Amino acid sequence: MIDAVLATDSLTRRFGGLVAVDAVTLSLSPRTVHAVIGPNGAGKSTLVNLLAGDLRPSAGTIRLGVEDITDWPAHRVAQLGIARSFQHTNVFGAFSAFENCRLAAQSRHRSFGRWFVPAERYGDWNAAAEAALAIVGLGGRAGAAATALSHGERRALEIAMALATAPTVLLLDEPLAGMGPEESGHIVALLKRLAADHAILLVEHDMDAVFALADQLTVMVNGRILASGAPDAIRSNAEVQRAYLGTEAPGVI
Amino acid sequence: MKRSLLPWLVVAGVLLLLFPLVAEKFYLQLVTKIMILSIFALSLDLLVGYTGLVSLGHAAYFGIAAYTYALAAPSADPANVWLTLPLALAASAAAALLIGALVVRTSGVYFIMVTLAFAQMAYYFFHDTRVAGGSDGIYVNTRPDAIVPGLDLADDLHFYYFVFAALAIVFALLAVILRSPFGRALQGIKANEHRMRTLGFATLRYKLAAFVLAGTIAGLAGYLAAAKEGYVNPEMMAWHQSGAVLMMLILGGMGTLVGAVLGAFSYVLLQEWFSALTKHWQLLMGGFIVAAVLLLPQGLVGLPRLLLRRRGLRSVQPNDD
Repeated sequence: MIDAVLATDSLTRRFGGLVAVDAVTLSLSPRTVHAVIGPNGAGKSTLVNLLAGDLRPSAGTIRLGVEDITDWPAHRVAQLGIARSFQHTNVFGAFSAFENCRLAAQSRHRSFGRWFVPAERYGDWNAAAEAALAIVGLGGRAGAAATALSHGERRALEIAMALATAPTVLLLDEPLAGMGPEESGHIVALLKRLAADHAILLVEHDMDAVFALADQLTVMVNGRILASGAPDAIRSNAEVQRAYLGTEAPGVI
Repeated sequence: MKRSLLPWLVVAGVLLLLFPLVAEKFYLQLVTKIMILSIFALSLDLLVGYTGLVSLGHAAYFGIAAYTYALAAPSADPANVWLTLPLALAASAAAALLIGALVVRTSGVYFIMVTLAFAQMAYYFFHDTRVAGGSDGIYVNTRPDAIVPGLDLADDLHFYYFVFAALAIVFALLAVILRSPFGRALQGIKANEHRMRTLGFATLRYKLAAFVLAGTIAGLAGYLAAAKEGYVNPEMMAWHQSGAVLMMLILGGMGTLVGAVLGAFSYVLLQEWFSALTKHWQLLMGGFIVAAVLLLPQGLVGLPRLLLRRRGLRSVQPNDD
């Protein structure tokens, strides 16, 4: 793969006897959407957790550019510009939508030694937070507590928080889960725009969205890569069709 | 600090400033003690209420500063505040740094247990060795000297204002820090530490800094307590003391600075009142705390809002009762 930003080599994660991610080798290129699909339990979320540094791999390596980041903790991975969203909404519930994004923007700057100037005085951080909210369509909800947002709005807030960290790589774990068609369409359009200057790993069950967005498609089953390639090639891949038709959700592809 | 609170704070400050004009000596000393405990409660609030670290060993840092002062004070002459206070704060800060570096790696009930264990170690060190008078403690015969013309800390009135100034400074300092990027990060850690890590915050460093700052401020309270009483003993760092300051927070309302101060005032005043009624005052206090937890989940500081809401509900639904 030419100038891959994020690449794994034989990445493996075991939980006791279960091999959740089994020798996965894939790479993510700049300015592309690489979708990872597969039935529930295929290891997609575990893969995202490994890439984000939230879980330690049992074997294999992860590289960002030329840097080996296999054993880096989550906060250092995030500092490299790899932002993630969670499958189950993970925001600061009691904080306003704005404060959620403001903290995300703050994470890009030195704040450990900044004890005396009110956080709101850092205009750049406010601007980054407001821009992130606006881009996902939450501009009018900045003051609302995250718990007061609708499910779809909270999903959008997840993405806004990731964007407020000004990332180069986005790891999105089912960003459309539970969204209505209108909200979902809005996010798909947003991701299309973001693909112009980000590398996006998209885990998603919504196949319409996946085929609308993906430049590259990887199918995982039982922790392993079943097939990987261009969406059209995957669509006509007999093995993929068998895996899907044989196990669950017939006709999704 | 919410803007609407500022006038109330000014009123409270003025009342405390004017209090000595009407107070008898007993009450002057009582409020001095309460203000010292307010500083102690504020320091714990930074950990429990704002960073989400429930320490059950916070008295260790209170006691370590007190002992540092007692050991550093000359036997006959008053100690110099500007030498012994920084020394005492440094001792508490160093202990908090050492212990904190280990305990911030744990969380939840483990954090509670490990902080308690370290505090008990400090307690037994002073209790069972002759380093500082063992279980008898040590006396410091004179109050420290601030070497400011016209300020005589041996005078209870002057000491009262000295403690008041310390409380005002600590309150203002914490209010400023909590609004800063550092303070916001602490509150983010309390709300969702995992999310903070995935955003890129090295949360351990933040928790350790909060732990050291809280330990240092607890040290200030311990120094003032030792200076006030002229006596230190191991009970200052016993787990009862750690538990009492935690109860002050629960009573007043954790996660608010006003709540910490309100908690210190109400706890000590209730203690005075209950112990005048019966020698089993702890029974009454225990019952009161249980009732407060059940009826005022946000502590006394949440009482006005609770009353307003109740009245609001009545006016909306006049027939519903």
